[in-house]
Amino acid sequence: MLERLQELHGEAAAKIEEANTLDELQQVRVAYLGKKGPITEVMKSMGKLSKEERPVVGQKANEVRENLQQLIEQKESVLEQAAVTEQLKKESIDVTLPGRPVKKGSRHPLTSVVERIEDVFTGMGFQVAEGPEVETDYYNFESLNLPKHHPARDMQDTFFITSDLLLRTQTSPVQVRTMEKHEGRGPVKIICPGKVYRRDEDDATHSHQFMQIEGLVVDEGIRMSDLKGIFEAFVKSYFGEDRKIRLRPSFFPFTEPSAELDISCALCGGEGCRTCKGTGWIEVLGAGMVHPNVLEMGGFDPEKYSGFAFGMGVERFAMLKYGIDDIRHFYTNDARFLEQFTRE
Amino acid sequence: MLISYQWLSNYVDISDITPQQLADELTLHGVEVDAVEELGSEVKSLTVGKVLSCDQHPDADKLKVCRVDVAEEEPLQIVCGAPNVAEGQLVAVARVGGRLPGGVKIKKAKLRGQRSEGMICSLQELGFEGKVVPKKYSEGIFAFPENREPGSDAKEALGLNDTVLELDLTPNRSDCLSMLGTAYEIAAVLGRQVKLPDAPVTVSAKKASEVVKVTVEDKEANPYYGAGMIQGVTIKESPLWLQTALMASGVRPLNNVVDVTNYVLLEYGQPLHAFDFDRFGSDEVVVRKAYSEEKMVTLDGEELLLSDSHLVITNGKEPTALAGVMGGATSEVENDTSNLLLEAAYFNPSVVRQAQRDLSIRSDSSIRFEKGVDPNGVVPAGRRAASLIQQLAGGEVLDETAEFDELDRSEKIVRITLGRINSSLGTDLSAENVLSIMDRLQFKAEEEEGEFIIHVPTRRQDISIEPDIVEEVARLYGYDNIPVTLPNTPSTQGGLSEKQKQKRKIRRYLESSGLHEAVSYSLTTKEKEAAFIGAEQARVAVALPMSEERSTLRTTLVPHLLDALSHNRNRNRYNLSLYEMGSVFHTEEENVSVQPQEETHLAGAFMGLWEQHAWQGEKKAVDFFVVKGVVEGILAELQVVAGFEKTEKPGLHPGRTASVVADGEEVGWIGQLHPSTAKQWSLPETYVFELNLMKLLESGGDEMRYRPIPRYPAVDRDIALVVDHEVSARELEAVIRETGGELLTRADVFDLYEGEHVEAGKKSVAFSLRYLNTEKTLTEEEVTLVHSQVLKALEEKTGAVLRAQ
Repeated sequence: MLERLQELHGEAAAKIEEANTLDELQQVRVAYLGKKGPITEVMKSMGKLSKEERPVVGQKANEVRENLQQLIEQKESVLEQAAVTEQLKKESIDVTLPGRPVKKGSRHPLTSVVERIEDVFTGMGFQVAEGPEVETDYYNFESLNLPKHHPARDMQDTFFITSDLLLRTQTSPVQVRTMEKHEGRGPVKIICPGKVYRRDEDDATHSHQFMQIEGLVVDEGIRMSDLKGIFEAFVKSYFGEDRKIRLRPSFFPFTEPSAELDISCALCGGEGCRTCKGTGWIEVLGAGMVHPNVLEMGGFDPEKYSGFAFGMGVERFAMLKYGIDDIRHFYTNDARFLEQFTRE
Repeated sequence: MLISYQWLSNYVDISDITPQQLADELTLHGVEVDAVEELGSEVKSLTVGKVLSCDQHPDADKLKVCRVDVAEEEPLQIVCGAPNVAEGQLVAVARVGGRLPGGVKIKKAKLRGQRSEGMICSLQELGFEGKVVPKKYSEGIFAFPENREPGSDAKEALGLNDTVLELDLTPNRSDCLSMLGTAYEIAAVLGRQVKLPDAPVTVSAKKASEVVKVTVEDKEANPYYGAGMIQGVTIKESPLWLQTALMASGVRPLNNVVDVTNYVLLEYGQPLHAFDFDRFGSDEVVVRKAYSEEKMVTLDGEELLLSDSHLVITNGKEPTALAGVMGGATSEVENDTSNLLLEAAYFNPSVVRQAQRDLSIRSDSSIRFEKGVDPNGVVPAGRRAASLIQQLAGGEVLDETAEFDELDRSEKIVRITLGRINSSLGTDLSAENVLSIMDRLQFKAEEEEGEFIIHVPTRRQDISIEPDIVEEVARLYGYDNIPVTLPNTPSTQGGLSEKQKQKRKIRRYLESSGLHEAVSYSLTTKEKEAAFIGAEQARVAVALPMSEERSTLRTTLVPHLLDALSHNRNRNRYNLSLYEMGSVFHTEEENVSVQPQEETHLAGAFMGLWEQHAWQGEKKAVDFFVVKGVVEGILAELQVVAGFEKTEKPGLHPGRTASVVADGEEVGWIGQLHPSTAKQWSLPETYVFELNLMKLLESGGDEMRYRPIPRYPAVDRDIALVVDHEVSARELEAVIRETGGELLTRADVFDLYEGEHVEAGKKSVAFSLRYLNTEKTLTEEEVTLVHSQVLKALEEKTGAVLRAQ
């Protein structure tokens, strides 16, 4: 009987070894270890054995059984592992296929520029003012020291609605509107972004509608040197620490003295190139000390108060910043243009 | 204003400074130089040649074979095609090996078998613009009007070694619309002296007033009129120096008299006019306002219809010139003119400006008068012109001028303290600094008890108040030398207003939802908006639109967004969602008289797929509920409580349009474009929304507050209700919420079914309800009680039958 057991162990171990699937293994288990299996039968027939042989065979039978059980478990684990590996292999994907994009829109570059400039100035204690796009002649011109028939009105060709109403040609009307709200008491520190309109034929560098940002500071003791200081802070913050600024005399009816602000050209570093027309400088805004007539119109005493004002073109800033060559792109709303600003 | 460097050097010493340096100095100190053009920079080897003979080309009708003496052993043989080439002429010869503008290289050539050793040049070929070339030479070669040595440098003789500075003058600096004014500016910048031109005149014993009488009827419009008389002049071509000076300044030479008046106009900035006195029509000058509908023909041949706001020079009967703008055709100086009336006058800027505007004509005269000429320059300019005419055209200049004179020639006086200057600029200048700057400007200044008393020369009409003097000091001191400071103001609280912050928040939300921001034009047409807003609605219209396309201000943002979608679709872009935030303009008046109401609107337009992942085959087309979701998101961002009510609107699908209602008021709408509207824009199924952002910002909610997280479990119950097709989800939800009371925390639609398993005309709407008591654990009995009440109420109020639970 011992031989029989030994034989059965050998057979079963070989079948376990041969089993390739969990099913086959299960069959081996049933075949050899089941209630009707040969080992059980050996054990059932132990009654025929002598007292001395019985425990020896019984022990052997148990050993064989346990050993087979162990072998099956080991094999089972190997086969399970193989099945998992097989499954995972089947589940393998091409990781180079494109991912599912998360929908993201874009901010219009003009909005980006306006918001950045707003952030720089609000950081310097400015508030953001707003004003109507349909203005009266008074706020757009007269209160800015541009009486009717003044030659400087030619500087801006105007869309009139009536003899007294017009599409504002500049954001400057907000100057006097803001001063009026302050009722003659400083300090006033505002910027005002907004759309403006002029009778220009639309082409690569002209647009009948464009955006400006106006700035105004009025208080006691404001000097032209303060204007330089604010600009230096603004230019360094907006364009970068390495930019230099230059002021040139200019003319605006509502400021005296008036100035134009140039910044050193970023492309050539001031050496002179096509973008800066060989001068090394790029004109970015107009400015000046508020004309006493304008202060007076705004209800401020020019003997006591002084101030400075400035205005800049948003499209120009955006064109410089992003290298855009045609102003019409801003108003065409071509997705191929807009999408480029998704990360701005 | 074009400034010839050579001409300018007559009045101020600029010999040690290059044109480019000069341009930089001017620009930095306040007169911007737009361009520095070297004339003749592309011209090489140009020689004066004398045409010795000029024979017909044997094989070409239009060509001539010339022998030209250029002071070499042998004359050159040159084939020339110009009709005006002739024997005896002194011409400009481009030599073999030389160059002309446009990259032309002169080589030896054979033209129809004849050798040609150079080129006889026209002025255009030498780089002069056609509009400044004298008529005489415009169709052929140029011939020197005066003796020149053959073989000498023709480039020099033609003023082609000159450099021209193009000034971009701001409207206040009309004083620089002249050579002398510019010379004063340069003298101030460089600290030099101005040399005024001489004007020697030999006058006869007879006085001008003996032959002509001057009457001015409107002394405000014409405070000074001087009529100089020059008798017996000879009209001919001007000498070359005069012609080249004019051409360099962009003026076409005509004849010696007209050229002198133009030369002095450029030199002094004082317009002059020479009348042919024999054709003047009388011996009196009467300056008056034109009669209503009076007519006059200008020397340009244009007939003007005048009104009583225009000033005319007349011969007592009819107009002979439109004052300050242009002379009349009848008394123009012509080749046979012999007696001249030389007008030097001061016309009021506003009168000239008005004529210029009303009649749409501008001239070199009018652009100077309209800005105000120097009252002290009128008479000297007249004398200078008389002197030059006498030199160039001969004739007898009668003594004095016949004149009307009530012109105020006094200088303005500006008083300012040193403290004022320094406190305006933030500088620390001394009195000496300021006086030295005034001296450079040639402003007479004295200091009296701490105050400067400054006499401003009348050539500087732009200076009248303190800040003007501050600017003069600043620009000559140098803007670059002004220190850099920050305002000494008490620190102010900067930042965006709440509404401005909310607007930014909405932008961020829409960007992150996948919409691209569009910016479109505010000007549009009624027709463009017609699909949405009827023509009967009054619009704000521009009085003189530049084009029909941009004639009224928009009352809705949607049409231009549709234009944008259409533009993109035409470029193979089929899936796109755009939004715009901007103003719309409303008026009730047919003829606008007060500022219209401007409202900030927010609109969106969506076409094609909303989401997709192509290779996985995942697609979600835009539909009503996509757009509604976006709008609900906006409302949530702003904490606005609003409802959607089914409605119908022009331009939109009648079954797929909703009003957005907050506080009982419509604050916007969403919907699908009506198929016929979509077709109008060649768009597919397209959805749009437009919200009145101003109203939304006003009805926005309170600050966010934290609510404690529930400590007790909630109980969920799902129900499917069969109701009539017309019963809206909102009605059902209202009943559920009302009945569910405080215990009901959520009621969400999770399914909608219409089809074979429900009766026709009915639909199944499934809700997921959540019950929660924040104070204690809900018992099954409590939930069952309230839930059955909900079901009962649903049945009673909406006829809903429970389909499944």
